[in-house]
Amino acid sequence: MIASDVGVNFSAKRVSAMVRRYWYLLRSSWPRILDLIYWPTVQMLMWGFLQVYVAQNAGFFAKAAGVFIGSVLLWDILFRGQLGFSISFLEEMYAHNLPNIMMSPLRPVEFISALMIMSVIRLSIGMIPVSLLAIAFFGFNLWAMGIALAAFFANLLLTSWSVGIFVAGLLLRNGLGAESMAWTIMFLFLPLTCVYYPVAVLPHWLQYVAWSLPPTYVFEGMRALLIDHVFRADLMAEALAFNVVLFAAASYAFLKLLESAREQGTLLQTGE
Amino acid sequence: MDAGKISAIAVDRLVKLYKGVVAVDGISFRLAPGSITGLLGGNGAGKTTTIAMLMGLVTPTSGTVTVLGAQMPKERYRVLRRMNFESPYVDMPTRLTVRQNLSVFAQLYGVADIDARIAQLASDLDLGEFIGRPNGKLSAGQKTRVSLAKALLNKPDVLLLDEPTASLDPDTADWVRSRLEDYRRDNHATILLASHNMNEIERLCERVIIMKRGRIVDDDAPAQLLSRYGRQTLEDVFLDVARGRGLREAAQ
Repeated sequence: MIASDVGVNFSAKRVSAMVRRYWYLLRSSWPRILDLIYWPTVQMLMWGFLQVYVAQNAGFFAKAAGVFIGSVLLWDILFRGQLGFSISFLEEMYAHNLPNIMMSPLRPVEFISALMIMSVIRLSIGMIPVSLLAIAFFGFNLWAMGIALAAFFANLLLTSWSVGIFVAGLLLRNGLGAESMAWTIMFLFLPLTCVYYPVAVLPHWLQYVAWSLPPTYVFEGMRALLIDHVFRADLMAEALAFNVVLFAAASYAFLKLLESAREQGTLLQTGE
Repeated sequence: MDAGKISAIAVDRLVKLYKGVVAVDGISFRLAPGSITGLLGGNGAGKTTTIAMLMGLVTPTSGTVTVLGAQMPKERYRVLRRMNFESPYVDMPTRLTVRQNLSVFAQLYGVADIDARIAQLASDLDLGEFIGRPNGKLSAGQKTRVSLAKALLNKPDVLLLDEPTASLDPDTADWVRSRLEDYRRDNHATILLASHNMNEIERLCERVIIMKRGRIVDDDAPAQLLSRYGRQTLEDVFLDVARGRGLREAAQ
């Protein structure tokens, strides 16, 4: 691993230059902004109406008001967080701009930091209006979760960044041939992290896998909050511990993939 | 004395293998500060790989690359602020305006007075009429001027150019060459220029390194090459090298 890739000369100015670059791009295209809001809205409405229907016909779901909507909103934080990170990175490849970036003084850690900030910006543009629509349509107030929401959000965002960092490494190493990973990798988390059902539903052996993934703790925590009205701080602490491990592993994988990209010459060839 | 300390660029027994295929095969050369050198060779000769190793984008299999005293790619962050490059095969974001693009790169390179530097380049490279236009809406010639402006933003001591005038009409290409000459003269910059364009090499370069199949097959001043190969133009010299005609045979 090249020592300078992990150097400590971090420059906030270079990070802000990259954030500006993505912000210019985002604001120059209304379809890009609309896309951030459109799909989360569709998902929230679909699951929300389903929940209304089921609640009218089953006592348990009437008690667990908002579980589906809560699930879909938290899932979107996880999914859109990673997508916001990965799409900003993909924009460099689509623009054939990556060699310009990679031979500038911008360090990998600064590049990653800029992508994290853009992930939050894109997520906010999408999720804030959708969370307000959830109040308007279903009376489900995500913001009323308060401190719990902050814990859920932080943990889900950390996971989404870890996955985004790993995917960025794959893209550097394999070019746009790995693009589909950026769009689909998070769906592997959908069944395994038990977004819409409790972990107990899974076969016993698969539960071990589920509990090794940080978002599982968040979704279990959300159900505990909405069904039992209990905030499980212990679950959030466990999620954070797994997230630290996942983030470190993803960062290490990114640096190794970057090193391999330099050896294979793929930083110049960012096509298929 | 270490050659890397007195040369702007020092390449020593540089080898690059891609999965066993030789891209660069043990080349060595040194470029003096303030010099302008042409890197000539056919497709697959190893020019772009060599430039990529100079930029730190590709790790050598063996051998060393030293730029402004820093070993690449290990110490590249010591010198990347003092380097830049331009290639028509590397674009800038198309939806950003020229000014936005230049301003982002100026900040990345730590340019002190960004507005003043962009204004200066806009004047020098005649960007004024389209500086507010998105990069994707520019003609090939305008894009090349913008890429050149990006390459000169940080007033680099080492400028690497990969076919800088490819796909330009002769008038625009000539104009770009003039700007490069001006820049080198005014800033005492070291320029390495990879090109297929013999006129360009002949006009700009005081030294030509000819590569073939990853190796340096000749290295001299343009006039010396013409004399030794007994040719009138560098294009004929290039064809002699490309077709494997030796010096004596070429002279006959």
